[in-house]
This record gives sequence, C-alpha cells and structure tokens, in this order.
Amino acid sequence: MIDKTVKNAEAAVADIQDGMTIMFGGFGLCGIPENCINALVKKGVKNLTCISNNAGVDDFGIGLMLHQHQVKKMISSYVGENAEFERQLLSGELEVELIPQGTLATRCLAAGYGMPAIFTPAGVGTEVAEGKEIRNFNGKDYLMEMAFDADFAIVKAWKGDTAGNLIFRSTSRNFNPIMAMAGKITIAEVEELVEPGVLNPDHIHTPGIYVHRIFQGERYEKRIEQRTVRTQ
Amino acid sequence: MLDKNGIAKRIAQEIQDGSYVNLGIGIPTLVANYIPAGFNVVLQSENGLLGMGPFPLEGEEDPDLINAGKQTITTLPGSAVFDSAMSFGMIRAQKVDLTILGAMEVSENGDIANWKIPGKMVKGMGGAMDLVASAKNIIVAMQHVNKAGESKLLPQCSLPLTGVRCVKKIVTELAVLSVLPGGGFKLEERAPGVSVEEIKQATAGKLVIEGQIPEMKI
Repeated sequence: MIDKTVKNAEAAVADIQDGMTIMFGGFGLCGIPENCINALVKKGVKNLTCISNNAGVDDFGIGLMLHQHQVKKMISSYVGENAEFERQLLSGELEVELIPQGTLATRCLAAGYGMPAIFTPAGVGTEVAEGKEIRNFNGKDYLMEMAFDADFAIVKAWKGDTAGNLIFRSTSRNFNPIMAMAGKITIAEVEELVEPGVLNPDHIHTPGIYVHRIFQGERYEKRIEQRTVRTQ
Repeated sequence: MLDKNGIAKRIAQEIQDGSYVNLGIGIPTLVANYIPAGFNVVLQSENGLLGMGPFPLEGEEDPDLINAGKQTITTLPGSAVFDSAMSFGMIRAQKVDLTILGAMEVSENGDIANWKIPGKMVKGMGGAMDLVASAKNIIVAMQHVNKAGESKLLPQCSLPLTGVRCVKKIVTELAVLSVLPGGGFKLEERAPGVSVEEIKQATAGKLVIEGQIPEMKI
C-alpha cells in the first residue's frame, strides 16, 4: 500500500501558499478539520479563497482564520454566525459568494467525478442565475454550474488508514467525502489512524486514491454549536 | 387566530403516513411534535440524515450528530446517514415527498422569498433554493402579515426570490390557502374565530373565495 501519512497538521499544510483556494469539510462546527485550521492560523498564510458550507464562529473553526485576516473570499451557503465575519463583510475587507447548499455539494461531486459542470434547478429565476447558462430539459429550466477547482481540500474523518482510506461518523460526514474527492491535493485528518487491513474494505466511505496526506489529529474539541436536549 | 404551535398542528394534518418530509427552521420544526401517533413519517435533515429523532437527553449529546439547524439530535431505529451531495440528490430527484418551510413573502403565482433583505446582513440561502426548486410539494408556514402590519401574501414578491412558482399551500395564523395553477390564493379554511373579511384585509395578492369557507379543525 502507498503510505500517505504525514507527521502532523503543520507538515500537512506546509506547502499551502498565499492566494490559494482551499475547501474545508464540515457543516457548522460538525466535522471540521480542527487541527489543520489551527495549523493554518499558526502558519499565517493569507489571501485564501475558502470553500466551506459555513464560516465557523468567532473563536472556532474558520472564524479563527477570519480573525487573522487570512481569508480574502468565502464561498459558502450560509454564513454570519460570527461578528467578525459581519464586520469584515460590511467594511469590504472580505468577499463572499453565497451559493445554494446543494449546488455547493454537487460542484464538489462533479470535481471528484471528473465532470466539468452540472445542471441544477436550484436558483432558477433568482439572482443566483445571473450570468449563468440556462438549459431546458423536459420542460424544466436548469442552471449550468461549474465543478470546483480547488488547490487543496482539507477534510476530517473518524477513522483512516495509512493508505488514505476514510470512514466518517454520523452527520460529521456531510461535505467531507465529496470535498475529499474534489481537491487537487487532499489532506485528511482523522481521530484514529490505523494500519492497512484494520478497516473493512466494505466500510470505506472515501477510497485512499483521493487522499494524498493523512495524519491523526493531536486533539479534538468537537464544539457543539446549538446544544439542545429533552428532559424525558 | 392561531399561535405558532397552532400553525404547526394544522400543517401536521397535511402529512401523509409513509412519507419523507423535510422541515425547515422555525415553525416548521414544531410540526414534528404533531405528527399523528402511529404514522410512519421519516424526517430528512439536509446535512445528511434520514430518520431524525428527538433532542438527546442531557449528557447524551453527540457533537457528530446534528440537524440542519446545527442542533444536537438523535437517530432512530432505521436511520441512515449520507453525505451532502446525496442529501441534495434525493431532494433533487424528488424522493422527499414534502418540504415545509418559512417565508418572508409569497406571491400569488407561488414565488417565494425567504433568504435576503437588501441592506441587511445576508446570511445565505443554505439549502432553501435547492429544496424549493425540486420539492414535489411545498407548504409554507408563516405569519400572514409582517411586523409592520403589511401582508406577506402579495401579487409579486418585493424581496429577492428563493424560487419561482413552487409554493403549493400556505398556512398562516389566519388561514389555509392554496396557490392556484393559474395564479391566486384560494382560501381553503379560516382559523378558529377569524372571518373571511379579516383574511381579505390581510391579503394583498389576489384572493379567490368560493362558497362558504370552513373553519379549520384543529
């Protein structure tokens, strides 16, 4: 098996340069690559274009990178759970492109499947459609949306092996497997890294061919954004 | 006149046994509390779950298990987890039978606006544009008028659209209305104690009233 392991988060992101486009897996704070985000904050790389469903909160996730003014542009479906984001957006420091969540997901899928574009009805007749090609199939209009072209994809999985095979846990799966497929270089951080042969091939969500670097994260805070409970 | 729970209760009557349903944030979330006992209804959460269960007991919250509103939830026997592309794949392919969501405005031809107010901080459309563009059946849960007392049922939406010609039914604190294929809000039911005249006053778009309008049975 090809060994994809790197020492740690710092080594995984070492060659990420200013101005690059990076995908981050996760939905809200669920399933985000915490260790790589921290390493990017430490590295101080700037002018990044970040493709991520959300933009973190003030003191966690991508919010940490926003505070360091490392993000030039966010491509997301839902943002603004943090005050610094709003301040930078209103002051013009930060550019934001809002796209429908399914379009975001399917543009990742297209990249990972080697397809240049997809057709989706999401956004037809709205401002999302401005400047985009519309095709009619069977009487219904669809927008042509392009596959993403990202320099790096950074994802978080539950378990992985040194060959880069990944297994995700519960709804922390979200964008992680499809972004893993979509990066020119894909970095996976995992809670538990094992030797080849430990994971059942039938249980692999992302085959290692899509993963270029893998490491076990030093620690996971796994912060909960909205803690809701029932009493009985 | 209905309160939020009353609107949710009335919408729950629209849910068929054996259906897959996506509930939006706000009043739609409350609908889950009124699905009739014995019904097998599977709730889809667009972050990647079919078979959404109730909130966890205190101490049993799992940070890896949330709904589209980022709240901690639980799974149920028979639940399934999948990635975001498959989640919107099943929505786009119309495997999800019913979508219930809130709105800021609905027009008489079924257009919906619920994601952006120009001049205010825009948070994004999330999955709403995908849901309204593809759902087989869309029911809107909302207040009939906004905080300024202006009707939210309009000849045309004034806010940026989320989707066009997609809303089939609207349940407000005053009424149940369906959107006619040729345009217009057909008044189906009145909320308890609400007169047709009150509904007329609160509806800016074309209101179609045929015969006696029954009161909702809640």
